Amino acid sequence: MKRRQLFQAGSAAVGLTIAGVPISAISQARKGTINVLVQPEPPGLMMGIVQNGPTQLISGNIYEGLLRYNEKLEPQPQLATSWTVSDDAKTYTFKLKPGVKWHDGKPFTADDVVFSCDVFLRKTHARLRASLAFVESIKALDPLTVEFKLKSSFGPFLGLFENGTMPMVPKHIYEGTDFLTNPANATPVGTGPLKFKEWVKGSYIQLVANEDYHQPGVPAIENVYFHVIPDAASRATAFESGKVDVVPGGAVEYFDVERLSKLPGAAVTTKGWEFFAPHSWLWINNRKAPMDNVKFRQAIWAAIDREAMAKIAWFGFAKPANGPFNSNIAHHAADLPKVTRDLNRAKKLLAESGYKGETLRLLPLPYGESWQRQAEIVRQNLTQAGIKVEMTATDVAGWNQRLNEWDYDLAFTYVYQYGDPALGVARNYVSTNIAKGSPFNNVEGYVNPKVDELFNAGAGEPDKAKRAALYREVQKILVEDVPVAWLHEINFPTLYRTKIKNPVTSGIGLNDSLGRASVA
Amino acid sequence: MIATVNFLLVRAAPGDPVSIMAGEAGATDEQFVAQLRQQFGLDKSLSTQLFTYLGHVLRLDLGYSYRQQQPVVDLIIDRLPATLLLTGTAFVLSIVFGITLGAIASRHAGRWIDSAITVLSLVFYATPLYWLAMMAVLVFSVKLDWLPAFGYFTVGADLTGSAKLLDMARHLVLPATTLGLFYMAVYARMTRASMLEVAQMDFVKTARAKGVPEGRIQRRHILRNAMLPVVTLAGIQAGSMIGGAVLTETVFAWPGIGRLMFDALLQRDYNLLLGCFLFTAAMAVLFNLLTDLVYTLVDPRIEL
Repeated sequence: MKRRQLFQAGSAAVGLTIAGVPISAISQARKGTINVLVQPEPPGLMMGIVQNGPTQLISGNIYEGLLRYNEKLEPQPQLATSWTVSDDAKTYTFKLKPGVKWHDGKPFTADDVVFSCDVFLRKTHARLRASLAFVESIKALDPLTVEFKLKSSFGPFLGLFENGTMPMVPKHIYEGTDFLTNPANATPVGTGPLKFKEWVKGSYIQLVANEDYHQPGVPAIENVYFHVIPDAASRATAFESGKVDVVPGGAVEYFDVERLSKLPGAAVTTKGWEFFAPHSWLWINNRKAPMDNVKFRQAIWAAIDREAMAKIAWFGFAKPANGPFNSNIAHHAADLPKVTRDLNRAKKLLAESGYKGETLRLLPLPYGESWQRQAEIVRQNLTQAGIKVEMTATDVAGWNQRLNEWDYDLAFTYVYQYGDPALGVARNYVSTNIAKGSPFNNVEGYVNPKVDELFNAGAGEPDKAKRAALYREVQKILVEDVPVAWLHEINFPTLYRTKIKNPVTSGIGLNDSLGRASVA
Repeated sequence: MIATVNFLLVRAAPGDPVSIMAGEAGATDEQFVAQLRQQFGLDKSLSTQLFTYLGHVLRLDLGYSYRQQQPVVDLIIDRLPATLLLTGTAFVLSIVFGITLGAIASRHAGRWIDSAITVLSLVFYATPLYWLAMMAVLVFSVKLDWLPAFGYFTVGADLTGSAKLLDMARHLVLPATTLGLFYMAVYARMTRASMLEVAQMDFVKTARAKGVPEGRIQRRHILRNAMLPVVTLAGIQAGSMIGGAVLTETVFAWPGIGRLMFDALLQRDYNLLLGCFLFTAAMAVLFNLLTDLVYTLVDPRIEL
């Protein structure tokens, strides 16, 4: 091909793309069906009330937030078309998109935004509630303008508007009702590209195209079915036999991902988890001897072979973490000292810590084979370093119970970091967040006033460079103190058939991209 | 009585539905946990909860599923048709083929056909259902693509009439066969042993001496008298039918009661779990009664 032809072909391709949606999709009629796996079956689809993974996977295409985020987590217009921030970073004003309708035909207005944030989600959304504490008032200035006034500046504020964090819910359906028991929860109504059609419990959930969606050309498909298949091996065969087109991260075991991604017409991507930034670690119960000794904790971290785990248990879909921050979130410090397995150092630290040979109870995460393998590797690593370990077997309920009650010595977990250290990291290390009853707070019982101070300053700091400096310092302290032993940044693989185009187009992946995908 | 024992047993397991749901949400605080506990009535003392529950059960009210936000009775009734279809088909298949094979084996005892049937039943009896199910899927769905691997109808096909029935039948083949093979093996072995025993009895010799044709002896004299232990076993199987088949339902994603119960257990959905227990216990009692009635039909010597 000559250079000029190449240029023409290139410009044609550019010209045919509007806002990331190929123009061919706009002119074409909606067609096709996407079959997706969901595991486990969600407890409900009302996203303002239920925030677990399966619910977000399905309902993220029904409900929308004011903003969307690309894979660099930069805010993009969604229900809000533009926004302004005051100089003191305490007033945020959003302009809403005109002509947006709920799935029942009623118009979406600023009143819905005020109701969603100030009334509904304050009552039902545990994760958002912590951030809404910074918000002084939410007002509708006119039907298409909303103003958020903050009590004090809050660094990650613009990161709160994704649909799982702040889903817009219809005021005309929920106002004055008991939100948790409203019968409308069974038939969710949002503004998204897909509408709820049917839920046959134990079998499947069907969503269909929202023909009045506010973005031309979207959706390009007719139907999405979410199939409930309880057995991991059966889920793998469902993809293998072609009955299912998309397998979300974690739905099949990693050794199957490896195998299935090599089938003809299959592809795998690790994109679409940037916002969640799943980070795994080993909880170390800092309250008890010998784990209260920093040298002992350092010994544990030095004894673990995270490279081998990434290869053997995760088949490469995990990368050793360099510390408490996932590299996908804001202000991750890339240049922390690199920690790799060093048995001699581990043994030396262990001797210095005065470890007397106590047996530690190790609690694996009961989420399937990969986690089990990982636990076995850790036990072997620790035993080689001279630490005695016994495994405690539980199911999910038992695992939650033990972490809630601090009844463990070492325990596996992974936690989402939600794009910003103030939203997804600080909660695991600040001493004000030590409380029984949650597996996601400062479960290890780590107390360091300097760390508290730095995290608090970081949350309130509006200036990016100053924030970065504060978080850099906190990361340096934490990797020295080793309150927990960080393991991996998990890169959940999404398996799909190449006939599905654009299954992942945002930092939250399938959760808000399926409605924008198309079938070739 | 059953309700009380079940209630206490279920509560003895660590964790509760609130901690599970809070755990799945990825973030939680005290207010969220307290709100759920209050909504589910788990903030009251255990004895209060027990008496409330028993009171409801006496009024035949099985309560509300915490997780699914639906009455327990509705959830069970929703799953009942799928369960009955699967276990009922497996039941009929296993009885018909089991007894036939058993009868053939006993008639030709000691010959190659008997050995073949005995070995086959032993294999099916000893093979774990789970493995058998996975192999069936791999061979018939993945490799040969003859039969669907999961669900009980083709989702989104919008079939009606006979096409729909055929579709469901195709979905039924693998799970029903997998489940039926185990019981078929049991019936075949039981029938064979029982028939061989009866064949030694005096009245059979008498019949032969009278010159009754061999086929008639096998059917009327031996098989019928050998049926009682098989009926007992069938009664037990029928009683457990309503409880579904957790393994088969899980592997084939069959939306039956077994899976409902298993999920409820993992999620500590107490009311749903207890509801399933009570319902299946009641059904087991009912089927035991029915079995007793069937005895009188099979053997006129037994009186009620």
